[in-house]
Amino acid sequence: MRVLSLGRWLRAGRVPPREPASRPSGHRHSGHRPQGPPQELPQGPSQVPPQKVSVEVLEHLEHLALVDFRDSEGVERLQKAIQFADQLHEVNTDGVEPMDSVLEDRCLYLREDDVTEGNCTKELLENARETVEEYFVAPPGNIPLVKLEGQKTFLQGSK
Amino acid sequence: MAAVLAMVARGCGGVWRRLRQRCAVRPGSGPFPRGERAVACNARGGMMSAGKSGLTPWIPVVGLEIHAQISSNSKLFSGSQVQFAAPPNSLVSFFDASLPGTLPVLNRRCVEAAVMTGLALNCHINKKSLFDRKHYFYADLPAGYQITQQRVPIAVNGSLSYSLCIDNKMSQMVTKTVRIKQIQLEQDSGKSLHDDARSQTLVDLNRAGVGLMELVMEPDMCCGEEAAAAVRELQLILQTLGSSQAVMAEGQLRVDANVSVHHPGEPYGVRTEVKNINSIRFLAKAVDYEIQRQIEELGNGGTISNETRAFDSKLGCTVPMRDKEGKQDYRFMPEPNLPPLILYDAKSLPANMNHQQVINIDWIRERLPDLPSVKREKLVEQYGILPEHSFTLLVWQQDQNCNSRHSNEDGLPEFFENVVKQTQMKPKKVIGWILNDLLSYLKQHSLTVKESPVSSFLLADLLNLLEKKEISSTAAKQVLAELWKGKGKTPLETVKEQKLELLQDQKELEQICQAVIDGQENEVMAIKAGNQKVLNKLIGLVQKKTQGRSNPVLVKQLLEKKLSE
Repeated sequence: MRVLSLGRWLRAGRVPPREPASRPSGHRHSGHRPQGPPQELPQGPSQVPPQKVSVEVLEHLEHLALVDFRDSEGVERLQKAIQFADQLHEVNTDGVEPMDSVLEDRCLYLREDDVTEGNCTKELLENARETVEEYFVAPPGNIPLVKLEGQKTFLQGSK
Repeated sequence: MAAVLAMVARGCGGVWRRLRQRCAVRPGSGPFPRGERAVACNARGGMMSAGKSGLTPWIPVVGLEIHAQISSNSKLFSGSQVQFAAPPNSLVSFFDASLPGTLPVLNRRCVEAAVMTGLALNCHINKKSLFDRKHYFYADLPAGYQITQQRVPIAVNGSLSYSLCIDNKMSQMVTKTVRIKQIQLEQDSGKSLHDDARSQTLVDLNRAGVGLMELVMEPDMCCGEEAAAAVRELQLILQTLGSSQAVMAEGQLRVDANVSVHHPGEPYGVRTEVKNINSIRFLAKAVDYEIQRQIEELGNGGTISNETRAFDSKLGCTVPMRDKEGKQDYRFMPEPNLPPLILYDAKSLPANMNHQQVINIDWIRERLPDLPSVKREKLVEQYGILPEHSFTLLVWQQDQNCNSRHSNEDGLPEFFENVVKQTQMKPKKVIGWILNDLLSYLKQHSLTVKESPVSSFLLADLLNLLEKKEISSTAAKQVLAELWKGKGKTPLETVKEQKLELLQDQKELEQICQAVIDGQENEVMAIKAGNQKVLNKLIGLVQKKTQGRSNPVLVKQLLEKKLSE
């Protein structure tokens, strides 16, 4: 599905041409590029040495988060972002209970079981680009392997 | 040992018998030495295939993940209505549609339902439980994540006891237990309708956000029959509690099975997950098919991959689903918008908190209704009926509940009790009339107990006539058939109309008996020669002459007396 797969160029060892700044409109990804850190990385002592992000991890991330690391710049930004976050390791958290939420001391409000919302089909459907008889429309998914055998090999071939 | 083996093999259905036959075809193959015999039961009491010598048996392991839709007016985190079959996207709030700026607000009733269920299943209720986000992309999950309780669920470490028939005649029941790992609250997703023709999916979010209880069971079961029995009992419990209506046909109870096989003494094999099981019958079929498929695959030298498979009910087999290519990474994270859920008991109840904001576990425990197992025991104790009969009484009620949208209707047990109250006949005899006669009529005409044209009063009346020996039991069945037509007649009226009263005049009966004896010389000689079975023919003839109005027991006595003279 992706026209230029990052994993592929990494494996091939070639440097791909720079992508134009604007992104083609027909692209299916929600895709947003990870923004780089706003300031320079402090060069202070860090317990974890900067890691290279492996190909498998990159593919995995692209698949999970539907983010597209189009080129080496994207990968570099990712590496810097990881390095930035790794600074957290400098803090000693032995014996400290992790905090889930700043709300942890608040009371969880319990609502009575009454029907108070709903019946706003029209308003909800206004947001959808395409609807069919009051249903939202989405691409197909989760079809048993048996039917899609032919289509699957086609996709692999196009990669 | 052999007797145990036979009993076990019978109990587990046809699969293992087929397997034994298959094993017989390939003796001595595989890495296991010849002469290894199958052991009847493993430590857990699970059943194993009895392979012929030369093959080590397989132990199947079945674990279930059950999603039960909570019976509530509104959804788990929003105020939109919970209802089956409404116009698409009409029961959806802004939060359910995951519009920005909306936040989850927990429904009190859902928490109570989960606590009730946890208590009924002997779980430890966590006084502090947490909510998490489980991320995955799918069209019917608008937020891109589901709010669930992965780290610390509301209830843990429970057990479910269920009964299983050893043979198909329901005459021997054995009790088994399956451990409940945890019960957690989570959101349901919307519904997708796949339109393959136009290569699109239509999404209806009416179901998105409805409260679910996910019950995770430990893999303590070993075949489809056990899984089916466990789910039936769970259904009954949920319906009794009212926490879920648990009607599988309406998607209120969804079961996924995790199946694997391994050799005794070896670690558990790779498991597959079987989804798309729409009824209890299909659950048993799916599990048994998958067990057999895995055994065959491994027997042929293949491997089992950790995949998700869908059950195709038409073909009766499981097929791989394209759903999960490789292991899913759900990226669990704490739900930042919800503080921990705190529950209280009598001891820890805070003094100055608003009642509405407090859930007291002990208060809920005190108000739990009688669970099915308790109800059954009470029936057995009070009326002296057999456990199997007690089981059938409640199971019929449950089947009725599954087919109708109303739960906890007055059912068969109540009918039975009403009849017992109004008749002199002993409960042990009454139960036969309920389970054999009344039940078969109800089933034949697909009626609920409430819809029965024969009320408990009428049946009691009829049984009284029988008990007073005013009619024979054959006549009673005839009357019942007539009463079933619902023409409003009483049993006595029907008896008089069809002239079914037993002949009370002893002399007249004796005369008829004598007449029959006189007319059947050959038979009389045979009886006197020692062939007692021919006596039945004579009894039959007397019955004919009296048009079925003679008491067969009395007739037999009279005939025997006369023949011995």
